[in-house]
Amino acid sequence: MGEWPLIAGQIFNGFSVASLYVLAALGLALSFGLMRVINMAHGEMLMLGGYLAYLTLQVVPGPLGILAAMPVAFLGAAAVGAVLEATLIKRLSARPLDTLLATWGVSLILQQAARNLFGAIGVDVRAPQWLNHAYTVPSGFLEGLTIPATRLFILAVAFAVMGALSLLLARTRIGLLVRAVNQDRGMAAATGINVRAVDLSVFCLGTGIAGLAGVVLALLGPVTPNVGQSYVVPAFLVVVLGGLGSLKGTAIASLIVGLFSALVQILVDVSLTQVLLLLFVIGFIQFRPQGVVAVRSRALDA
Amino acid sequence: MNATAPASHIGTIDPVTNLLLAVDGVTVDFDGFKALNGFSLTLDRGTLRVLIGPNGAGKSTLCDTIIGRVRATSGRVIFKGQDITHLPEHEIVRRGICRKFQTPGVLSGLSVVDNLMIAARRDRRWWCSFRQGVDAEEKARVADILETIGLADRAHIPAGQLAHGEKQWLEIGMVVATRADLLLLDEPTAGMGPAETSQTAALIRRLVGQHTVLVIDHDMSFLEQLDARVTVMHQGQFLKEGSVAAIREDADVAAVYLGRTKEEKHG
Amino acid sequence: MDMSIHRDTPTPLTGAPLSGPMAGPRFSRPVALSLALVAVAALAPWLVSAYELNLLARFLAMGLLAMGLVLVWGQGGVLSLGQGVFFGLGGYAIAMHMKLAALGEGELPDFMVWSGLDALPWWWVPFKSPLVAILGVMLVPGVLAALFSWAVFRRRVGGVYFALITQALALAFATLLVSQQPSTGGFNGLTDFQTLMGVDLGSTAAAHGLYWLTLALVAGAFLGLRLLMNSRYGMLLRAIRDGENRIRFLGYDPTPFKVVAFTIGAVLAGLAGALFTLHAGVVSPALVGVVPSIEMVIWVAVGGRNSLAGAIAGTLAVNLAKDGVSSAFPDLWLYALGLVFVLVVTLLPGGFAGLVGDVADTSWAKRLKSIIVGRSK
Repeated sequence: MGEWPLIAGQIFNGFSVASLYVLAALGLALSFGLMRVINMAHGEMLMLGGYLAYLTLQVVPGPLGILAAMPVAFLGAAAVGAVLEATLIKRLSARPLDTLLATWGVSLILQQAARNLFGAIGVDVRAPQWLNHAYTVPSGFLEGLTIPATRLFILAVAFAVMGALSLLLARTRIGLLVRAVNQDRGMAAATGINVRAVDLSVFCLGTGIAGLAGVVLALLGPVTPNVGQSYVVPAFLVVVLGGLGSLKGTAIASLIVGLFSALVQILVDVSLTQVLLLLFVIGFIQFRPQGVVAVRSRALDA
Repeated sequence: MNATAPASHIGTIDPVTNLLLAVDGVTVDFDGFKALNGFSLTLDRGTLRVLIGPNGAGKSTLCDTIIGRVRATSGRVIFKGQDITHLPEHEIVRRGICRKFQTPGVLSGLSVVDNLMIAARRDRRWWCSFRQGVDAEEKARVADILETIGLADRAHIPAGQLAHGEKQWLEIGMVVATRADLLLLDEPTAGMGPAETSQTAALIRRLVGQHTVLVIDHDMSFLEQLDARVTVMHQGQFLKEGSVAAIREDADVAAVYLGRTKEEKHG
Repeated sequence: MDMSIHRDTPTPLTGAPLSGPMAGPRFSRPVALSLALVAVAALAPWLVSAYELNLLARFLAMGLLAMGLVLVWGQGGVLSLGQGVFFGLGGYAIAMHMKLAALGEGELPDFMVWSGLDALPWWWVPFKSPLVAILGVMLVPGVLAALFSWAVFRRRVGGVYFALITQALALAFATLLVSQQPSTGGFNGLTDFQTLMGVDLGSTAAAHGLYWLTLALVAGAFLGLRLLMNSRYGMLLRAIRDGENRIRFLGYDPTPFKVVAFTIGAVLAGLAGALFTLHAGVVSPALVGVVPSIEMVIWVAVGGRNSLAGAIAGTLAVNLAKDGVSSAFPDLWLYALGLVFVLVVTLLPGGFAGLVGDVADTSWAKRLKSIIVGRSK
């Protein structure tokens, strides 16, 4: 196996990691654009999705169990998100930094609850037969490149979610409301839009997507109480890079972070990835502090 | 420079050295919307100018561009003969321009007097903030301004507790306290009653001479009390300039304020 | 215990006008009270057991870090979720020196030998000198914090973004420490220290001396920070917190003010880490990562983000509770900590110092109302 299959493999890895990041970051970015708050318990929505997938597979063990798990995880995480928004985030929306701390408290509680319910070691979700194989390039200059079906499945899910979400925002009445509140909260409220309801729906949508991401994650490794933590910090960096509340920005930033992490691993030790990624982010904001997609508007904060 | 350069009010002073600010063909493009479109304006030292125009004419954007809050897509801003178009905001302010914002920008957590003290500091570099003691001249200046804006007896209450009109005055006081040569006052009478408005007009007229003042406002009675030259903006461009009386009678100005139908396709 | 800086007594305009917040140190009642507390605390070696003294010393060291957070977060409005990094840098700097000082000529620290290293990594070499190590405790975190915060703040990236980036810093630092096992001691960190500059750390005299040193540094930092917060710098820092752009358009550059606060916070965290390492006899990645870093913020939130005394009290209270609860009911502790995060931040944003301060100068009814309405700085 030469260099090319290795590099192509890492690029493919980068894309599949990016699709996980995009699923994890979309909810964060949507709510951040709308309310300027970050939910530190977002990682636990991934964890919740993973455990819900595990539970669904206990009930529906067949090859389609994983497909059944997706709506369950989406709805379950969205429901928890609704409770979180209505009880906590709503109250703190004027204090974004305090929201970070309070939702971190929620994250601690959820992790500990998972530890007590499912054990600290974690549970396994076995990929169904139709996902449990890999495609290998038989010849040519990419000979030996192996692509597992689960990774392709993750890509497909990410594309489907992105597509559905952009349709929702661009074509539906709900999307119109979201865009209106995103652009000018005060004005939207003045025209009779129920801004609070928009906040709540977007937050639930975001946590629901994180739940979906959790199902996908469960295919890659065991679901542990702190599985969310390992994905949520890169997802935060995606939000930093992405620009305010932009779907396109979030997608591009996820790709940048995913590809950067994957390609850096060709050259250096895996453990240095975090450090280099951080340096990359700090370097990036030297050139584009407003993020990948800049919303240039007249409404600058005073 | 175009025809907006007015004849000097003071008369015989050389117009070249007397020039304080020149906005030279500035365009500001917000994703295709030109808030300013090749706009030019000059201000002489010690003069008062009023800027009017319908909503969206680009008045606030002009102030934003001068102070560096918004960057010109093309064109230049020349202040005291130097190009300040790309300087950082605090650097522009240190050169002698200060702005009052539309919504009062006082530091609500600090007391009235502290707001003014921060504005009155002559040396605003960070390491100077560790120096002990208060400069006597700054102290006198602040006490003086407190009297002028009528807040001397409320000097030690948090600025956030002031009434809306008082906040406006405090902010004007802060802008004056910086010793800026050029004061940009964006809607200084917003939310004021007729009596307060007259007092504000009188205050501004007293500032002229020692400072150059650019005022944005809509209130016609306020403009008449200011009795200054008026520049009219429309859709990011220069429309007219003249005395308050002349502008009042002008058919083009009336058209942009009243009948905007024919321009709407540009929007 | 009211250390709040917002309630300087108004001075009349006549007499000494404009001097309120800029006045030099005054030995006001809170300061006198604090000095009395320090005097009592200095007697602790004769009042409590050796074990309790060690705990107290550790928590006081952490209090140094907490006071730094008052400046950074309470006064500057900059939330750092990466203070553990600076704490760790201080701890590792002193630990590296003690590891090296215990060696004979040509020897390597034990864990390096076990990992098959045959030479000292270059960046260990300067720490043979005790002076470099002691300076490094403050300079390494200070310089890193200054560069890091300058790079971010100069591009006007702040608020939530900055908090998230500091969390990524904590993650990167902890990951690095664990993964570079041959040169950092990995997951176990550095431990087994015998002597510092010839003093046997196991002795009672050393324990007492270190305790007093910690107490003196806490008292010194308290007075220094109080002075700083009452200076014009402190006023501008708060003004930047409340309206960064307003300050910018008054001709100030907010960046260096925030960088200075963040750097001071980091230096104090470094000192805290070094003292903690001396008291605890170990420094490891478990003390510096994402989770411990954010816990440091909660100490300050509980005590009061704008109160130096509150920060120390909060640090002592949370850590004593942790020590008590987590050994007996480890599961319960995380639920309790999570609840403390939620409740303190939503209901008591001024922490207990805010509560005490407000009770002191307003009526209970007013305070209750503001709790219910949940509106306060």
